[in-house]
Amino acid sequence: MYDTNLVLGGKEFTSRLIVGTGKYASMDVMREAHEAAGAEIITVAVRRVSLPSGESILDYLDTKRYTLLPNTAGCYTADEAIRTCYLAREAGLGELVKLEVIGDQRTLFPDVEGLLEATKTLAREGFTVMPYTNDDPVMARKLQDAGAACVMPLGAPIGSGLGIRNPYNIKIILESVTVPVIVDAGVGTASDAAIAMELGCDGVLMNTAIAGAQDAVAMARAMKLAVEAGRLAYKAGRIGKKLYATASSPLEGLPDWTS
Amino acid sequence: MAAAPSKGERPFVSVQISVNGKPMVVEHGITVDGLLTLLNVKREYTAVAVNREVTRKADYGVVTLSEGDKVEIVRPMGGGAS
Repeated sequence: MYDTNLVLGGKEFTSRLIVGTGKYASMDVMREAHEAAGAEIITVAVRRVSLPSGESILDYLDTKRYTLLPNTAGCYTADEAIRTCYLAREAGLGELVKLEVIGDQRTLFPDVEGLLEATKTLAREGFTVMPYTNDDPVMARKLQDAGAACVMPLGAPIGSGLGIRNPYNIKIILESVTVPVIVDAGVGTASDAAIAMELGCDGVLMNTAIAGAQDAVAMARAMKLAVEAGRLAYKAGRIGKKLYATASSPLEGLPDWTS
Repeated sequence: MAAAPSKGERPFVSVQISVNGKPMVVEHGITVDGLLTLLNVKREYTAVAVNREVTRKADYGVVTLSEGDKVEIVRPMGGGAS
């Protein structure tokens, strides 16, 4: 079936699965998992170099093959997040940024006020802003109006693996904005990713669900298939839900067994 | 901040700065470029901020560090979200 590509900041991607670089058992496992996920966009954190100068994650990533997506994980204010994006750009990581402004340490829920402020500033400064937000359709629209290139509502708290807790809100977000909607956080297993895509989301971003699985490489492949299956099912147009049965076989032509 | 050297005094030969949160004594007048070389930090995919302001790569050779400056040297690291 014909499908369009995911477009972010004027760049087109065929893969709708974005993956992270944290928590892997080893760099080799990470590299294999990225391959198995079929990912084209890979998110990285921006942190102090360890001195004396230590190794970088980029020693293990093919920067020609993947589009790097620096994130502002760990930032609790708009100011910190904005400065982190400037650093990422100066480091040569480009202008595509996964914007996080965290509001609470325990839940890692976003501080949407700070998020909106940072989105406005960064969009104005020429960044392609991908904000991690909550599953609030009103905020999603505000982020779009502020210049976000997409909106990334959480399915559940980061790293929780609880799945898509409010599919109805995700559905309303899809109706509220015209920019791509990418579920970011909460996915635990393949069916969660498939559900997000079946709802009509344009992509899914995950890290822990793959990196934390007993076999990360196998889970990466499962996620790839789930995202593709969910997307295909969405495009195919599912049947409506009904309370009672509807026979699939014709009632005419039944043999007569009455004596 | 140390007091500026008065007339006739020798200028400071060393200054204390902070690099990634750790105190470090460096030569007075050292540039960002000089610091990176001293620390043997690769330039590729690296960014520097001095006192919260990002230093552009083109300015590494001209930005000099003064007593009390806070230098942050960052690079991409593994991470997904927060």
